[in-house]
Amino acid sequence: MAEITLDQIIQPENLVYTKSRIMTDTVLHYCPGCGHGTAHRLLAEVIEELDLQADTIGVAPVGCSVLMYNYMDVDMQEAAHGRAPALATAIKRLMPEKFVFTYQGDGDLAAIGTAETIHACNRGENITILFINNGIYGMTGGQMAPTTLPDMKASTCPYGRDVRMMGNPLKITDIVATLPGSYYVTRQSVHTPGNVRKAKKAIRKAVEYQKRNQGTCFVEIVSNCNSGWKMTPADANQWLEENMLPFYPLGDLKVPEE
Amino acid sequence: MGELRLMKGNEAVAEAAIRAGADGYFGYPITPQSEVMEYLMAEKPHERTGMVVLQAESELAAINMVYGGAACGKKVMTSSSSPGISLMQEGISYIAGAELPCLLVNVVRGGPGLGTIQPAQSDYFQAVKGGGHGDYRLITLAPASVQEMSDFVKLGFELAFKYRNPVMILSDGAIGQMMEKVELFDPVPRSKEILPWATTGKTPDRERNIITSLDLDPKRQEDFNLKLQKKYGEIEEKEVRYEKIQCDDAEYLFVAYGTSSRVVQKAVQLARSRGIKVGLFRPITLWPFPSKEIFAMTGQVKGILSVEMSAGQMVEDIRLAVKGKIKVDYYGRMGGIIPTPDEVVEMLEKKIIGG
Repeated sequence: MAEITLDQIIQPENLVYTKSRIMTDTVLHYCPGCGHGTAHRLLAEVIEELDLQADTIGVAPVGCSVLMYNYMDVDMQEAAHGRAPALATAIKRLMPEKFVFTYQGDGDLAAIGTAETIHACNRGENITILFINNGIYGMTGGQMAPTTLPDMKASTCPYGRDVRMMGNPLKITDIVATLPGSYYVTRQSVHTPGNVRKAKKAIRKAVEYQKRNQGTCFVEIVSNCNSGWKMTPADANQWLEENMLPFYPLGDLKVPEE
Repeated sequence: MGELRLMKGNEAVAEAAIRAGADGYFGYPITPQSEVMEYLMAEKPHERTGMVVLQAESELAAINMVYGGAACGKKVMTSSSSPGISLMQEGISYIAGAELPCLLVNVVRGGPGLGTIQPAQSDYFQAVKGGGHGDYRLITLAPASVQEMSDFVKLGFELAFKYRNPVMILSDGAIGQMMEKVELFDPVPRSKEILPWATTGKTPDRERNIITSLDLDPKRQEDFNLKLQKKYGEIEEKEVRYEKIQCDDAEYLFVAYGTSSRVVQKAVQLARSRGIKVGLFRPITLWPFPSKEIFAMTGQVKGILSVEMSAGQMVEDIRLAVKGKIKVDYYGRMGGIIPTPDEVVEMLEKKIIGG
């Protein structure tokens, strides 16, 4: 059998996948196995497919994805912790023809930024919010998040979250769905190839719907934090399926009437 | 001559914002400055000029809306009063750190805490020394009349965009609430210019624009700070503004800004009627502070009395300016009380002339 070299394999006709041109060449700083990279990639692909690069203004949060602007080849602003929806509100109102998104983790969106989240969605700001929920503070080293599950361990609840002492996890996406200003609210995950495909469809809708000017589009992505959870990536995905998804069930919470 | 109107200081700020071609105002109600947003909403600026006016859910949201709008290169502003401005400090630091132009109006009331709704000048330190975290400066303009409330909106936006730096109008509850004749400047159309650094959508002809105050590399972060300091040095060199009233033959000097300077103007008349040759030096920019110009007075006057509606804040900058060459003292009232001209002259006699 003839020897096949790598150069022979790496040919345009053999390509089955390429990175979106909306993703820069900067190496992601995320831990191996983390869902952030996948979520970034899906959003980048949707922006590319809908030809929105020149119209996009994104807002990065404080948290693990604070450096998101290094990875996306679009104009971006870095917000103070929790304030991304306030920035996005002004951007969209001052430039209504642009596509404006925020990308926020659970601490950013559902703890320190709860007021901005609720009020932007309640005003029905025509923005798209991507909410990454991994039930923990990743960047600061695994502290309890507003979405940490009951009895789940984190560095500031080392014996598990005692809801009588530490309060209950906040299902903020469910609250957002009840607000008259929200237009499309869905909960997805990126822990299996099938879920990645579904999440991409949801993100695409949340981006496309912004043009309708009918209110806030909100996509929660239940994700893992294998470093914060102190698990291997594979174990983290299994734990996500067995523990996170029963508490945060996947699917649409609010869909536009067609 | 421009259009003449009888207006409250707060209303003059709002009218001037529309006329200055502001793109957006984001605010939250607080006494004694709520008339700014009330006037704007009543004027329907979205119909007059297309200006966006939004009542935010908090001062936190308002200042971050200002950040978002300013980062798009838009002419945006907010106004508030002392407790609300305190709540905005984090956002102001981020705005300074991201080098964004915007206008902030503080119609100061007495503090600390919830304090009072009466006028005060006790936010001087907060405005000129930082307020939020990090080494940054706000260009701080101190109006002493309703006319200046209007004029400084236009000037403030010009300075903000010239230096890509936040500008604060440090007013007080008296100037915000009182009515005076004001000559309004002619309206300027809203700018359609797309600024090269602003986030307006990445077009193929340029790299993406990123607005951030974050840089985790210590060397780059220090270099950025040095660049900021250089800019502040340039502002200190070029943008000092002040007014001297009856200073030519003065043997003593009052230094006062805003409402206090109006009281002191009366005090100057009163003192001169009693044979005391005293003048008023009114800083218009509190930062950059007119240090050189005050130092220049030390060869002429024997002593300086700083008159403030605070426990004595600006007096520290005056002392730094005169470098110990002449006597400097302070007189002021707090808690929303405005000093009287009589009190001021009495204190000049007691603390400076007789002291």
